[in-house]
Amino acid sequence: MQAALSPLAGSLAAVLAWLLLGLAGLAGGGNGFIARRIAFPLSALAGLVLAACGLLAVWNPAQSITLPLGLPDLPFHLRLDPLAGFFLLLLGAVSAGISVYATGYFREEAAGRLGLIVFQYHVFLASMALVMLADDAYLFMVAWETMALSSYFLVITDHRLPSVRSAGFLYLLMAHLGAISILLSFGVMNGGEGDYSFAALRAADLSPGWASVAFVLAFLGFGAKAGMIPVHAWLPEAHPAAPSPVSALMSGIMIKTALYGMVRVIYDLIGGVQWQWGMLVLAVAAGTMLFGVLYALMQHDLKRLLAYHSVENIGIILLGLGLSLVFAGFGQAAAAALGLAAALYHTLNHAVFKGLLFLGAGSILHGSGLRNLNDMGGLARSMPKTAFYFLVGALAISALPPLNGFVSEWLTFQAALQAPLVRSDTVRSLLPLFAATLALAGALTAMCFVKVYGVAFLGRPREPHGHPAARAPRDAGAWEQYGMAWLAAGCLVLGLVPTAILLMLNRVCTSLTGQGLAAEALQDSGWLWLAPTAAEQASYSPLVFLAVIVAVTWLTFILVRRFYHGRVRHADPWDCGFPEQTPRMQDTADAFGQSIRHVFGPVYRMDRHLPGPEDATPAYRLKIEDRHWYWLYLPIARLADWISGRIALLQQGRIGVYLLYSFLTLIALLVFVR
Amino acid sequence: MSYLPDVAFQVLQSVFVVLAAPLLLGWVNQCRAWLQNRSAPSILLPYWTLAKLFHKDAVIARDASPIFRLTPYILFGCMWLAAGIVPVLATGLPFAPAADIIALVGVFALARVFAALAAMDIGTSFGGIGARREMLIGFLAEPAMLMTLFTAAFLSGSTQLTTIVETLGHREFAIHPGLAFAAIAFLMVLLAENARIPIDNPSTHLELTMVHEAMILEYSARHLALIEWAVAIKLFAYMTIGIALFLPWGIAPAEDWSALPLALAALALKLALGGAGLALLETLLAKLRLFLAPEFLSTAFLLAVLGMLTHFLTRS
Repeated sequence: MQAALSPLAGSLAAVLAWLLLGLAGLAGGGNGFIARRIAFPLSALAGLVLAACGLLAVWNPAQSITLPLGLPDLPFHLRLDPLAGFFLLLLGAVSAGISVYATGYFREEAAGRLGLIVFQYHVFLASMALVMLADDAYLFMVAWETMALSSYFLVITDHRLPSVRSAGFLYLLMAHLGAISILLSFGVMNGGEGDYSFAALRAADLSPGWASVAFVLAFLGFGAKAGMIPVHAWLPEAHPAAPSPVSALMSGIMIKTALYGMVRVIYDLIGGVQWQWGMLVLAVAAGTMLFGVLYALMQHDLKRLLAYHSVENIGIILLGLGLSLVFAGFGQAAAAALGLAAALYHTLNHAVFKGLLFLGAGSILHGSGLRNLNDMGGLARSMPKTAFYFLVGALAISALPPLNGFVSEWLTFQAALQAPLVRSDTVRSLLPLFAATLALAGALTAMCFVKVYGVAFLGRPREPHGHPAARAPRDAGAWEQYGMAWLAAGCLVLGLVPTAILLMLNRVCTSLTGQGLAAEALQDSGWLWLAPTAAEQASYSPLVFLAVIVAVTWLTFILVRRFYHGRVRHADPWDCGFPEQTPRMQDTADAFGQSIRHVFGPVYRMDRHLPGPEDATPAYRLKIEDRHWYWLYLPIARLADWISGRIALLQQGRIGVYLLYSFLTLIALLVFVR
Repeated sequence: MSYLPDVAFQVLQSVFVVLAAPLLLGWVNQCRAWLQNRSAPSILLPYWTLAKLFHKDAVIARDASPIFRLTPYILFGCMWLAAGIVPVLATGLPFAPAADIIALVGVFALARVFAALAAMDIGTSFGGIGARREMLIGFLAEPAMLMTLFTAAFLSGSTQLTTIVETLGHREFAIHPGLAFAAIAFLMVLLAENARIPIDNPSTHLELTMVHEAMILEYSARHLALIEWAVAIKLFAYMTIGIALFLPWGIAPAEDWSALPLALAALALKLALGGAGLALLETLLAKLRLFLAPEFLSTAFLLAVLGMLTHFLTRS
């Protein structure tokens, strides 16, 4: 009975439920009812169970179990410790909202295709949970690959479009390059012992050089999944190609499994952190952050824009992780715990608000058939509910108080402000500069979401010229709204009770590294005040903040009404007395990026065509491309082509030649084996 | 209850700032008029303007969404909150721990985002241009502002504005060379964030050069009054943040009510000098082209970084 109630058993039950739901959806392929009305709501329920188990696991000692599955001599080891519990909480809670949304979103999907989607969707969920539960490299890689494959098939749901197929191929390629790197990292950590359980990897004693090799391999491999530069190229292609709930799952949760992997491998399996690792992570983080937001500002496809913001947010998370590694390398355990807590907090926050924003984008796509921001406009009037939830998400991702994005960025700033603890002068002066990059990225994000919200939801409707899918917009359905409301509530709650979350993260850090936040921090933090180091150093209270701002705004409103009046006349817009304005004169998404193109021009590879004064049919064309393609990806692709060309010389197509190859190989082997 | 006088003082100080803010604006306008050889308007003119606007009927475009009508109140509330956590007269502010300097920057960002959203709400061409430019200046100014504040935070080991003032103003009288750089950077950010010359011109009549004014073109009556008032409070808040960071002498320590009259006199003197200095700067400088704003603000950022490095060097 004791075992039946344990968090580990509960999580396994949830995973099993997901797998069964997937099979049920597949089996009832022709029956839309099962998929539409039963599978997704039950899946949300399983998500909630998983979240509860994760939360329990954070506060309980680690549990492990060995299942006699897999290969004969390689049983599956599973372990649920506070770190895994935290990520299961994230997975369960966020996927619950997304699954509820999916109930409404896939309502009009054709039954046959829907069966496949239900199957892939649930296998995807279950494999992510197994990645977090795995306690040996073998199960980890099996779950990791299942995750990659199931999400690949979800990405190419619309496989009739060539662009979707090529996005899927790129994703599969990058996922496997990353997986190879991770596999090699496990190999290095193992040191040729043959036992790939995490307990053995933990116990293995690596020399600093080999530990660094294992770190770099793991960082690169997990980074490819997370979408950090320069291995990000798949992310802005694959995430928008998938159906919106799947985009939300991938951007919100899947890229977080990479963060889980990084934290697990670096802190738990390798150990003995060196500060140089942190500097590498920080440099990549700063580049990723700025790259992501600068390219997001150039996008006019809403889902692509959100995908670039995922790249940016991965940068923010890595910034916290990098700070943590630097402090850990210099032996400052409390500051390291603060950085790690900030990173994990932002991981959770990003899952919630990015999930919400992708769902909002899905509702726009569903309701109006539009993806291009330049065709939207005035949607707040036709889809007020979606507009409200999207606003919550937009404010949260712009790191505005008192929502959740602000708290984690605030904690990251606080971690950077611990710089004086570092003994090296150079490192100490560099850390605040990384904080400045975060400030720049945060402000640019705010600009980007003013653009998104202003162009899509505010203003007046633009005539979507020549867009076949466009129709009169209608608001999101009830299920879609419930899903968004759940995540929007998450944005608010995570923003308002940061102390509870910080205590939970403190527990995760303590179990992972043996040391948590500073003792004063825990003493000074009540339910009202968040004080991550000590109360006289820094504090923040979102509840007081919100209460004051609401009270003051309300008071102002009352006073104005009391002493003056509330009379309003409605009229045409004034616009400095210009009477002939049309919706086409509004700022577009591209126009909004103009000042950014001016300031950050060298960052982009721009192909711009401006009409001359004598053009009879003036047209403006702008194409922005990622520079990484030209200095990294295309040369590698050409190299691979060239090598394949050389190897093709071996293939003569005559059976005699192939037999000769076999013969030569045998001879060579005999020489070696001898 | 020992908290009671503190809370009462907190409320009093917030109300004082809100009521006194238009006076500072009036003083700056008066000084500028003198410097430009015009006959100066009354120092109380901002109050009369506000009263006039409050009495008028609001005219709102038919397409306006709730955001448009809510924004003036949010702006006013944000600025009021900001004014509440800056130690203007004394450091004994019980609400101050609710938001440190980073959260203070967050409050200004919140106000800016809502102002920009409201500007885009009606769907006019000027509103969009104004919003775009305001966000451009905002993202350039924010890192510079944070770097300036971080310098002060490193000096005092705290991001609480009240603690910073206690440390810099009351405990030691050391000279910090890092602060000199930070002060210049802060001044540049102040000019940019408050839509003053050389970044923006608060009294411009040319729509095409407007930044802040372009955003509020569609507002009228009480909504416009609240926004104008919020602008005045923002200028006041920035000036008092500058005073708190770089000239903290005279701000009363916590629990020392007898120092308040002196603090009030010191504040009046500093603000009078600061306002006159602002008017002088605005008279001497010309407005920059919009695309020179990045250079202006990146200079501010680099100065702030230099200030921080200077602090690290002189300390070690």
